[in-house]
Amino acid sequence: MARKILRINMADLSHAYEKVPEKWAKWAGRGLTSAIVADEVEPTCHPLGPNNKLVIAPGWVSGTPAAPSSGRTSFGGKSPLTGTIKEANSGGLSSQKIAKLGLAAIILEGTPKNGAWYTLVITKDGVEFESADDVLGKGMYEVDEILWKKYPNKPAVIGIGQVGEEKLSNAGISVNDPENKPGRYAGRGGLGAVMGARGVKAIVVDDTDGPGVEIADMELFKTGRKKLTDAITSHDLTKPNGGLNSFGTNVLMNIINEAGGLPTRNFSAGQFEGASKISGEMVAEMVEKREAGMTGHGCHPGCIIKCSNIYPDADGEELVSCVEYETAWAMGANCGIDDLDYVAMMTRECNDLGLDTIEAGNTVAIAMEGGLIEFGDKEGALGLYDEIRQMTPLGRILGQGVEATAKAFGVHRIPTVKGQSMPAYEPRAIKGIGVTYATSTMGADHTAGYTIAPEIAGVGGKVDPLSNEGKAELSLTFQAATAFVDSTGYCLFIAFPILDIPDGWAGMAESVAGVMGMDITGDDVIPMGKEILKIERNFNIRAGFTSQDDRPPEFMRYEKLPPHDEVWTVKDEVLDEVYAWVNGK
Amino acid sequence: MRVEVRVFATLRRYLPELGIGEAKVMQVAQGTTLDEIRETLGLPGDEVKVIMVNHKQAFPEDLAQDGDRITYIPAVAGG
Repeated sequence: MARKILRINMADLSHAYEKVPEKWAKWAGRGLTSAIVADEVEPTCHPLGPNNKLVIAPGWVSGTPAAPSSGRTSFGGKSPLTGTIKEANSGGLSSQKIAKLGLAAIILEGTPKNGAWYTLVITKDGVEFESADDVLGKGMYEVDEILWKKYPNKPAVIGIGQVGEEKLSNAGISVNDPENKPGRYAGRGGLGAVMGARGVKAIVVDDTDGPGVEIADMELFKTGRKKLTDAITSHDLTKPNGGLNSFGTNVLMNIINEAGGLPTRNFSAGQFEGASKISGEMVAEMVEKREAGMTGHGCHPGCIIKCSNIYPDADGEELVSCVEYETAWAMGANCGIDDLDYVAMMTRECNDLGLDTIEAGNTVAIAMEGGLIEFGDKEGALGLYDEIRQMTPLGRILGQGVEATAKAFGVHRIPTVKGQSMPAYEPRAIKGIGVTYATSTMGADHTAGYTIAPEIAGVGGKVDPLSNEGKAELSLTFQAATAFVDSTGYCLFIAFPILDIPDGWAGMAESVAGVMGMDITGDDVIPMGKEILKIERNFNIRAGFTSQDDRPPEFMRYEKLPPHDEVWTVKDEVLDEVYAWVNGK
Repeated sequence: MRVEVRVFATLRRYLPELGIGEAKVMQVAQGTTLDEIRETLGLPGDEVKVIMVNHKQAFPEDLAQDGDRITYIPAVAGG
């Protein structure tokens, strides 16, 4: 059965299945959400108004048998945080279930009358519009639990916390994990507020007796799948008991600190003296010492990397899944906090309230810089999440993210690009990632073009992080490859092994070609990724963005960052080279 | 000459006496390469993916200098 689009109109509570039009036929995941948003959303619309849409799409290979680590769901729309086009993707249960219902995408549009809130229940038989009264106002831990009791087939639950209900700009979209916990987030860019603006608190996806995913060329799919699986299971980083499986993404804390690129106390230094105490090694040590929780946890069925963890509290009870690098850095180093238990408690608050952890940690750091509390004040920091929970005026400001908070507190060291705050790599110490932050179609986003691989990890080549040389081209190549991987449904972390193992790269493309019946090879990955970037870039241009928006924050050009004492020195003309090809230059 | 050495992640199993982030202080002769120090410490060459000296990228054939802070890093990455 050919893939279909499910269009859900919240204004009249109707739904319709549509053929995938030819113009979108080759896309899935991010490629599809971006193509639909670019075609159907007016770029100058208000992100919370009636003319924005939320588009949800599984990747090309999601829902196919045993495609490794292929449970990513893409969420797209116009971002209330950045004003740009946005794609944020998440692990959890949703991708495979949406795909198995035969859906290429779900388009959520319109606004319910009289401010009503709904839980949408999507099955093979269609969409039920249930009242959200039983989950409204509740955090995601409770929402997931209530909805699994009500719908017993262990469905995917896509939901928003209180922050999304209030339509604040740092609202993420939660997807439940295999244990029905809300640790997986399409976090960045405030898409939870876009879902809230549609009057949808939760979407339950039950794929029971769904038609499944059609595979055009099973032999080619299997060939590709094997090559990719072999690459993942043989690379030191992604193999069983390798770096990611043993220590999670937080394996990076000590390394980036060692490289002098760990943003500390609101991007005022590149090293944090407490880094080892909040590192992935320490997470593993706590799991061992407390004889509870786990490392090597999978965020979705069929993941063979398993970089997630379950962090236990001092009594051996599950505190949160998961403490990953970005989160530990944002709540920890960037706030001057070296207590992993507090990092975990704040992470749980974010997962419950529906906040993006990167933006949330950065926001607390800005509030610290503005004098609301001191850097390192862990009790004070944890208390700020309660302000958000209570929706006090202060909480509402914090829930809007870094730029709103910086204005409220008169702070000018603001680590954002296009309104979105930077993740856990310092551009002054690692120049390529700064080029990605500056030029990405998404605002400051490390996953948009992860040059850290060659700049720090020696994956996919080795380049000097402190050098400006060749960084425009490097960033563009990574941005294009990422746009493709984000469309596959595979986790972006497959990129690490396949950058080093050419057969794995070819296998990724072949598995996609096998599912879709497309005539593509590994050579098509970068060109197709660039097609997606072009769609996104042109949306942003139509929304009013220019090359002047592709700039890192001003303070990075005049404040030296210890220990390297470097400022940002990549020239604006070099940044402008990254996307010059879109306009035919 | 005195150098201090750190290892992280999966390489820690070869120097289990060190706490997380703790340095091993060593005396080495002038003209010793980073690769020779690695060998002395029993770190397998195929598990060391990156070397840093004083927070900067370094290479196995580089000579250690007095006071260097040397870090051996296995395959790491993440997000």
